Amino acid sequence: MTNLSVDHLTGIKDLTLQDIELIFKTADSFKEVINRPIKKVPSLRDITIANIFFEDSTRTRLSFELAEKRLSADVVNFSASGSSVKKGETLVDTVNNILSMKVDMVVMRHPNPGAAHFLSKKVNARIVNAGDGTHEHPTQALLDAYSIREKLGEVAGKKIVIVGDILHSRVALSNIYCLQKLGAEVMVCGPTTLIPKYIHQLGVKVSHNLIEALEWCDVANMLRIQLERQEIKYFPSLREYSMLFGLNKEILNSLSKEIVVMHPGPINRGVEMTSDVADSKQSIILQQVENGVAIRMAVIYLLAAKIER
Amino acid sequence: MERQVILNEKHLELTLKRLSHELIESHNDFSQTVLVGLQPRGIHVVSRLKETLETILKNPVLCGNLDVTFFRDDFRRRERPLIPSITNLDFSIENKKVVLVDDVLYTGRTIRSGLDALLTFGRPNKVELLVLVDRRFQRDLPIQADYVGKAVDTLISERVSVEWKETEGADKVVLFTKE
Repeated sequence: MTNLSVDHLTGIKDLTLQDIELIFKTADSFKEVINRPIKKVPSLRDITIANIFFEDSTRTRLSFELAEKRLSADVVNFSASGSSVKKGETLVDTVNNILSMKVDMVVMRHPNPGAAHFLSKKVNARIVNAGDGTHEHPTQALLDAYSIREKLGEVAGKKIVIVGDILHSRVALSNIYCLQKLGAEVMVCGPTTLIPKYIHQLGVKVSHNLIEALEWCDVANMLRIQLERQEIKYFPSLREYSMLFGLNKEILNSLSKEIVVMHPGPINRGVEMTSDVADSKQSIILQQVENGVAIRMAVIYLLAAKIER
Repeated sequence: MERQVILNEKHLELTLKRLSHELIESHNDFSQTVLVGLQPRGIHVVSRLKETLETILKNPVLCGNLDVTFFRDDFRRRERPLIPSITNLDFSIENKKVVLVDDVLYTGRTIRSGLDALLTFGRPNKVELLVLVDRRFQRDLPIQADYVGKAVDTLISERVSVEWKETEGADKVVLFTKE
């Protein structure tokens, strides 16, 4: 197995276990590359990549851009604010206009679920989904699973709980697919209003009690409360949420075993976890960010191999 | 495919011994020299040379593995993406003499990528090339080896394979000819 089974990365759902393992193996090599004195390889010097962001992002965008530059690709950046999108141009028109300037690959974040999939059917370029609404965020799930593999040796057989706003989270959905494909057990934990009604059909356990969930797991992935996506109030107050579902040092120390703490960022310190947890040695938040560049290099490298000249 | 053994186990051992002595001639005690094997096949040559050199010199010889995948010039010109092997250079090559080591020198393209990959780790004082088998008159690039185990004249349709005890069960160099 030396080739991805897909031509675009729109979601983890389409990937096979072999695909994920191939991405991890390639990422191992890129992780070594980004720790060299010269962190750059010339593989993609004839490729141009457009980063199209219709939604705000710091980490993902920076991480993709660094990954592209370290592969020597040419990079153009585009954000929806201050562009013709405001003047009423459609998504396909916008992207086709960019592609006519000879762009080979598009990395896109969009507020609408399915936007990346839609685009992959309509335009002639490799599409990488950098988050589509509340649907999927595949590279985040890959880097999360890769970080677990790095920290615990393997993902298979491990128990991972995803805590927080599952309803609005693309990270949660992609993580569930990815971890299950790798053979891990997944639980989601949060207030009833933030857990989708039929989530158990994905084969995940559901809990509404943080302590119980933490006692069960090896790894806790704490998600951010996405206030920007919540049109109504899903819980009485942030303070109440953090009292019931926020992770603090006392809870962490009271557990019967040492668990690994993750967060996809950005952290709202004091809401989903306290500062002493975020900065503790059990937290691998910054390793996740480092691995993000290696994973994205691997994804882009493997998809670029499928571009025909 | 017709198989012809060009170097058997005994000859291969002699050749590796001779190469080790040639290396010592120009690098003395190896205090300023490192051996870097090119992945995937050059690393076996390095491990044998290291063994022989350390027996003769009675001091350790620094060795590393270098993967050149991301520096190759045939990315996207093949059916499948090139999958990397491990790079393991846990020492500085700055101001060192580096001997690049590979099993077969053919078109010279791998060595070209190896030079590029090596220079991302620093600026060595000098870079030399050691190959076990040199397929003469087949070069695509102006690259020649400083130390040659055995030079052979081959056709493009032929293939040279270096086999090792660790991977193939026996030490030998084989020439495959299409009938």
